[in-house]
Amino acid sequence: MVNKDYPLIFERSQEGRTGCSLPELDVPETEIEGDINPVYIRKELAELPEVNELELIRHYTGLSTRNYGVDSGFYPLGSCTMKYNPKINEEIAKLDGFSYLHPYQLLETVQGALEIMYDLQYALKEITGMYEFTLQSAAGAHGEWTALMMIKAYHEQNGDYGRTKVIIPDSAHGTNPASVTVAGLEVITVQSNEEGLVDLEHLKQVVGDDTAALMLTNPNTLGLFETEIIEIAEIIHDAGGKLYYDGANLNAIMGYTRPGDMGFDAVHLNLHKTFTGPHGGGGPGSGPVGVSKELEPFLPKPVLRKEGNDFVFDYNRPKSIGKVKSYYGNFGINLRAYTYIRTMGAEGLKKVSEYAVINANYMMRKLKKAFELPFDRHCKHEFVLSGIKQKKLGVRTLDIAKRLLDFGYHPPTIYFPLIIEEAMMIEPTETESKETLDQFIDTMLSIAKEVEETPNIVLEAPHHTVVKRVDETTAARKPILRYDWD
Amino acid sequence: MNFRYLPMTESDKNEMLKAIGIQSAEELFSDIPQSIRLNRTLNLKEPTSEYQLIKELNDISRKNANLKDYVSFLGAGVYDHFIPSVVDHVISRSEFYTAYTPYQAEISQGELQAIFEFQTMVSEITGMPIANSSMYDGGTALAEAVNLSAAHTKKKKILVSQLVHPESREIIKAYAKGHNLEIIEIEEKQGRTNLQELEKMVDPETASVVIQYPNFFGQIEPLAEINKVIKKEKDIMFIVSSNPLALGYFTPPSEFGADMVVGDMQVLGIKSQYGGPHCGYFATTKKLMRKIPGRLVGQTKDENGVRGFVLTLQAREQHIRREKATSNICSNQALNALASSVALSSLGKHGLYKMAKLNIQKGRYMLQQLENNNIEVVFKTPFFNEIVIQLKKSVKCVNRILLQKGIIGGYDLSDEYPDYPNHMLIAITETRTKEEIDQFTKELGDING
Repeated sequence: MVNKDYPLIFERSQEGRTGCSLPELDVPETEIEGDINPVYIRKELAELPEVNELELIRHYTGLSTRNYGVDSGFYPLGSCTMKYNPKINEEIAKLDGFSYLHPYQLLETVQGALEIMYDLQYALKEITGMYEFTLQSAAGAHGEWTALMMIKAYHEQNGDYGRTKVIIPDSAHGTNPASVTVAGLEVITVQSNEEGLVDLEHLKQVVGDDTAALMLTNPNTLGLFETEIIEIAEIIHDAGGKLYYDGANLNAIMGYTRPGDMGFDAVHLNLHKTFTGPHGGGGPGSGPVGVSKELEPFLPKPVLRKEGNDFVFDYNRPKSIGKVKSYYGNFGINLRAYTYIRTMGAEGLKKVSEYAVINANYMMRKLKKAFELPFDRHCKHEFVLSGIKQKKLGVRTLDIAKRLLDFGYHPPTIYFPLIIEEAMMIEPTETESKETLDQFIDTMLSIAKEVEETPNIVLEAPHHTVVKRVDETTAARKPILRYDWD
Repeated sequence: MNFRYLPMTESDKNEMLKAIGIQSAEELFSDIPQSIRLNRTLNLKEPTSEYQLIKELNDISRKNANLKDYVSFLGAGVYDHFIPSVVDHVISRSEFYTAYTPYQAEISQGELQAIFEFQTMVSEITGMPIANSSMYDGGTALAEAVNLSAAHTKKKKILVSQLVHPESREIIKAYAKGHNLEIIEIEEKQGRTNLQELEKMVDPETASVVIQYPNFFGQIEPLAEINKVIKKEKDIMFIVSSNPLALGYFTPPSEFGADMVVGDMQVLGIKSQYGGPHCGYFATTKKLMRKIPGRLVGQTKDENGVRGFVLTLQAREQHIRREKATSNICSNQALNALASSVALSSLGKHGLYKMAKLNIQKGRYMLQQLENNNIEVVFKTPFFNEIVIQLKKSVKCVNRILLQKGIIGGYDLSDEYPDYPNHMLIAITETRTKEEIDQFTKELGDING
């Protein structure tokens, strides 16, 4: 395959072309320039591309063919829950009555939107067992930080200014510690034990009267259920701390158990994962936060209420942490999640978790033949393999991931969680068929064979993509972050 | 019941359970302690068929008054602009919208290049050398800029103009509680930031000054003079929140010493969607390149020397740096950034200028018509596409009357600016026709009496 540079939109530009037709100037034209200090009138126009409509469409269609989504093929990216994005969701989100609404319209003109938000909050409360929800946070990490700020405000209200430490397992998502820092709190790491679970003895050592909270994903990032969650909750609560649930892995437990019943005080959900809001190539997502009754006064404002038959916003929230995002959150994504929940109902959502877990365990059993399985017990919706056997033969997990590209797959999450050497984190999701799983398994096993017999084919992968491996080192050392004409 | 998103058949299931070596799926959940098991069915509405659900949600959507059926003069941060048809066609391609963050560069060149082009466009519009791949929205982008200014200068005092969007100021304050930053507001005077006040407030302890341009009242802030005041002290960062469409006509903040320029791309190709998702942008100087929050795409080459793109400078980010990261942002608004890129490619170099100018022209016509109908226009300084007027009745009351006539009136300033009772902020975009402006101003005149 001979690969050439794909032109940038700027390189397609020809002076004099245009791709748009603006509304006419139907009012008398007036001389603006005389009324404005010339210092404030732009001298040089922004160098935007000049292309006509067909060229524009070809450019972006070409780019789309150089990309890979769930609709393109299997995407077993652990921790990201790359499930099918239903098309009805997109249709609903595009309805004029939802997509052409201004956030400052009179409330009587947006009752339909508020009804959806209210019903969605209800559903999320029921699914998680929490007391109240906010839809304001824009993404998972944003939800983490929002909840931490609420927990911080709660402790400060109690005069507990010394509670500045947040305990996080060494297997946690990178956003957890980063959110702690942005909240002005301090990270304490608790180790995992030999079974891949929180080490209770270590937890008892690090917990104290400076503990603000413990952040936990359950099932954790190894795909393992924290079986001692009741004891963990007790240890934290007895010390006066709060329990925070990272909802990235909720897809494993819907209808089986709920964070609220496990003892969690705050929860964030990734509606773009479990509830099928598409990932959009990196966003927008939505990260609503659920809280216990105790934390409810600290929710971001406004809080949505139902008064009689009317939905209203309550801004009179003296203990609120304030606003974490403009307006009322990513309504467009929340609407998609709502559509999904209505499609599935309780029965469907429980099946989602059941099938997601069966799929993961099935793959884990089959792949164990060729790859190291660090924790050999039933997993939940995902599992982590290690490429150490292959590494000994000179082939790294990165190479295996790149080789998968040649077979038309998106690789698993690699090198995470950090506690597993040469990690491959695989999450099939419930929306994939057994045939798809079997084909992927066969491919993985054949790559394992290649590692033994013809390792170069793996080391030099990918062979069939539009670019070969790109030089990341130079990209970081001599950053080129925009196009330059000269 | 069968679900269309779940392909597992009974025979698949039996085969798979057998391969796992278990009798029933329940065994896979047996490690969940009994006391926390949910021993009932979730209390949710019954599963709904596709046809039925579309019908029901369509009915609910009709309870809302949408901006296509009504003529809107609401702005205040979210605007009803023309969106070319090409935008929706491009962002509806599932290779874009069903993809994850482009970690695997070789199969994500499309998204990576689209972001690289977006970064270039934002850099061009703002005049800043560097822009990131986008932020949640304009408000959070501004709060991140404030946090970065404090981290960079190692100071805690932040001066924020009262004419920065009220929601953005609220978000700045919420973010500031993380690191105990001191947020002090600079008063407004006759529709612009009070320069004399600013001069008194700026001191060596100041980390940054935050100005919106055009400001919340639609007026053009004198950035050149503000910058002079700021630069009297050493090491104060100048943060400007800016409407990118306005920058099609007005001089970009980079010309006035801005260190960070942020804002929201909603005005370029993104539907209002009841306030989200929109798309924040974040542009800055080369000096802050290794501290900028969010994802960055860089150009590089593959093994054969072919141009390629890749996420870069990731050492700044949460997944590498963990608790040492300066921001916790993990996602960006890639799909909306793409929408804005497509809109900007459609508009092109001259189109952005023309569109900005159309807004100004129509705004000036609005101003004239308001005065013709004896409505008091409060500020006379140069403005972009928003005007503050004073009415004789409360804005809520006026808006309810306008609604009867099929008009969504402007923003009620009295809640956030108690000194401005009965004041309405009106937005005029290129989509408002002469006829609509004439009707609106006449109705206002009639209501005002």
